[in-house]
Amino acid sequence: MSDRITRDEVVHVARLARLELGPDEIDAFTEQLARVLEHAADIESLDVDDVPPTSHPLPLVNVFRTDEVRASIDRREVLAQAPWAESDMFRVPPVLGEEP
Amino acid sequence: MSWSIEPTLPEGWELVVGLEVHVELSTATKLFCGCANRFGSEPNTNICPVCLGLPGSLPVINGTAVKYAMQLGRALLCDVKPAVMARKNYFYPDMPKDYQTTQYEQPTNSDGEVVLPDGFTVGIERAHIEEDTGKSTHIGGGGRINEAIYSLVDYNRAGVPLIEIVSRPCLDTIDHAKAYVSGLRDILLAIGVSDARMEEGSMRVDANVSVRPVGSDELRTRCELKNINSIRSMARAIEYEARRQIDLYTSGERPRQETRHWDEAAGRSTPGRSKENLDDYRFFQEPDLVPLVPTAEEIAAIDAAMPALPAARRAALVEASSADADVVATLVERGQDALALAAIGRGADADKVVTRLRHDLAVDDFSKVSAESFAALIVMETSGDLTATQAKQVLAELVDSGGDPRSIAAERGFEAMHDDELADLVDRLIADNPDEWQRFVGGHEGDRKKMQGFFIGQIMRATKGQADGRAVADLLAQRGRSPANGSPGT
Repeated sequence: MSDRITRDEVVHVARLARLELGPDEIDAFTEQLARVLEHAADIESLDVDDVPPTSHPLPLVNVFRTDEVRASIDRREVLAQAPWAESDMFRVPPVLGEEP
Repeated sequence: MSWSIEPTLPEGWELVVGLEVHVELSTATKLFCGCANRFGSEPNTNICPVCLGLPGSLPVINGTAVKYAMQLGRALLCDVKPAVMARKNYFYPDMPKDYQTTQYEQPTNSDGEVVLPDGFTVGIERAHIEEDTGKSTHIGGGGRINEAIYSLVDYNRAGVPLIEIVSRPCLDTIDHAKAYVSGLRDILLAIGVSDARMEEGSMRVDANVSVRPVGSDELRTRCELKNINSIRSMARAIEYEARRQIDLYTSGERPRQETRHWDEAAGRSTPGRSKENLDDYRFFQEPDLVPLVPTAEEIAAIDAAMPALPAARRAALVEASSADADVVATLVERGQDALALAAIGRGADADKVVTRLRHDLAVDDFSKVSAESFAALIVMETSGDLTATQAKQVLAELVDSGGDPRSIAAERGFEAMHDDELADLVDRLIADNPDEWQRFVGGHEGDRKKMQGFFIGQIMRATKGQADGRAVADLLAQRGRSPANGSPGT
């Protein structure tokens, strides 16, 4: 197994992403993610000192929208798709005290 | 600026406070979509696929919001630089996208400062653009966030453009923290990018508070205070937190780094979110938005259009008048500094200008008082053509209906009361009232005061209020010291 990523790190990342993984899945993803990181590490073999960091693949900057109001959508349609709605709002579990 | 008493912390400890101030920009629409940016709409009426984070929707940034952000940056004396939007990932129902679009490694504004009325400089680390979250109402447990049974979420606010202004941890007193927040509000109102209403949530303050032994320069564990909804509430929350931490240190414990919720009604804070969730946001650059690259021309245009800001206005008035910092701050806050400078520029005595503005022009609407008439009035007063009492009366009429102070004075029959005329009157009055005069010169303090009132009243009656009360008092004191009048002498 590669030392690019540990099993514990995979568990941690899965927890942050609210993914529930079984022991077999953790093993499988640890191996797969290690291969992805191995691939990314190939970059390290290149000399990139003169290459400015790229923040974006598109040759575009400053794409702006005009500050004009457009129609919103009907809340009834949106709330109808919510698991739970009350008083025209989305009803959600208590946000503190829950396990992350 | 209101007068206040700085609460004293236990001996040997000092405060270290950094403030994160969130300001909603007063654009017509949200940051990434055309939904209205409006406070007080019916719940979930200003929502669309973009601000709900529905699959396939794409954000496009609001050009006005970016311009406002840069204006604020320049007003805070920041460097305005090319910026990249980023995603801050977290699971919390107030953001339907499960991330907040913000700026992380490359914010639009960095390294600025705000100068407070007393000259203290607050360093600004950054002022970055981000979107606001939805609004949660907690049901059950008395509405407290950590005792709620469930929460109701309204996404009208989700996606509203915000600037988060992060100060350096350099605030050393509660008074400086208060002056900084009101200073920020004045700047925001001066440049007109936000209505900065704390009570409506368009300006929100989180305080990072730690304490340390006096003289140390270490930064100890801090706690972040949330749910502060007024400057007064901020002052109480900071003081409570500082005392809580000092108590911990003095009993051999140490504070945990945590977020705490301020409960204004109870006057205390309670622990909120735990640290482990806070620190792992897995920021990455937002692939759906392109970089913001301001041009030198844009920044120059913003600087050229910048209105005079409170700190510069205070400095100008101090320079022209040599008045105290707090008096100058009051006049600038009332918007009377331009009137003061114009009157001083027209030759009016600076001290008198400041005094009359401070005490006799504490009114909401002084628009009828022109610089010319105000300067003329002050000149009339300082040259002795009007007494202080008369000058105040003329000023009151200028406030009500404007006009020329000379004609107002003439209409009211306010004529020059020359010094020798007044002295004659005083001497005659002394001669006519020998018993009262003896009680004035020989009596006890109380008697003396009472008799001074008697003589001034008589003079005022004789002159129909034209005499200057203070001048009469001076004359009486002077006559009382003279041996010819039988006083004990000096």
